[in-house]
Amino acid sequence: MRYNEKELQALSRQPAEMAAELGMRGPKKGSGESGPGRETGSGVRRRLVKLVVNFLFYFRTDEAEPVGALLLERCRVTREEPGTFSISFVEDPERKYHFECSSEEQCQEWMEALRRASYEFMRRSLIFYRNEIQKVTGKDPLEQFGISEEARFQLSGLQA
Amino acid sequence: MAPGSPPGLAIAAMKLNERSLAFYATCDAPVDNAGFLYKKGGRHAAYHRRWFVLRGNMLFYFEDAASREPVGVIILEGCTVELVEAAEEFAFAVRFVGTRARTYVLAAESQAAMEGWVKALSRASFDYLRLVVRELEQQLAAVRGAGGPALPLPLPQPQALPQSQPLSPTPALAPPLPHWPSALPPKENGCAVWSTEATLRPGSEPPPPPPRRRASAPHGPLDLAPFARLHECYGQEIRVLRGQWLSSRVQP
Repeated sequence: MRYNEKELQALSRQPAEMAAELGMRGPKKGSGESGPGRETGSGVRRRLVKLVVNFLFYFRTDEAEPVGALLLERCRVTREEPGTFSISFVEDPERKYHFECSSEEQCQEWMEALRRASYEFMRRSLIFYRNEIQKVTGKDPLEQFGISEEARFQLSGLQA
Repeated sequence: MAPGSPPGLAIAAMKLNERSLAFYATCDAPVDNAGFLYKKGGRHAAYHRRWFVLRGNMLFYFEDAASREPVGVIILEGCTVELVEAAEEFAFAVRFVGTRARTYVLAAESQAAMEGWVKALSRASFDYLRLVVRELEQQLAAVRGAGGPALPLPLPQPQALPQSQPLSPTPALAPPLPHWPSALPPKENGCAVWSTEATLRPGSEPPPPPPRRRASAPHGPLDLAPFARLHECYGQEIRVLRGQWLSSRVQP
């Protein structure tokens, strides 16, 4: 799939919601990833991990350009061993990216941040707040933004 | 790139979870816009008609509407959308500011379609959505705190639930609302321990309702430390609300 790599690289340089050096282990090599396959699935590598909007970038600690990025839509964040969590995707839950943190607290922080870091999550939050405000005030708060009619912010857009 | 190449060379392509991206492109999540657009191949290239699907901050394009996998995706973070002078009618451009990146010139098949796309694309960024959500979060906190003296505070849980929810000293952490979003962030609950925003402070105004979290959320077990604090915070709110509800019932 073609994608605008330069923009993604530029995005990786934007201010991050979270950034830390973590131990990272990718899933066993298989289909589904672009790029050269030098990283094996077994070893843990130190990576600078950076959360920017709904992307998780990971860098070698001494490099300015990211090794890779994970789009965080439809992902599952799961606690693994103490201080470790994994990210996998709904369509392939066994294929996990493992991250080792330096403390339980850090692990907790990352898991919470990653669970909120998807567009779909934000959309649901918006619909929720819109409805709650409407219940209390009787007015649609999206009218001031001129986006009250947009399909993507309607209740019907919520999945079960 | 040759397998034996040393690491760190700038020519290595960035890895991306493309398979997940492709699944996201074709899953049943809400589509924000879809339709045929003409996409210009390059500066002097021809236009190709492609089926475009906007989902979140990703603009996918397919060979046609029945294709299973996208030809490509334009990641829309940090772009501007402008009308352009082009030979093609109903043309507009998606431009990335400040990088050496290319500009995508697209053309719709009608004025209405073009306007729809320009509107949708210019508001498609995660950044924009996040701003709106934060604004609404603050608005909700404000209207809850500002409830007029004549009106009893609304009781969110009993009103919203299909079945009756008893107001007991042990509050339900997750009122089961299957059609509401799961896993709202703890920082929305008003407890300052998570909130990075100055608007929500415990004690100054009642916290918003607890996060709607499905019991079967696939994200792993509930965490014990935050639960204790949430239990504490919402226990207080429930007691206050219950007191008001009871006192409002005895009014003549």
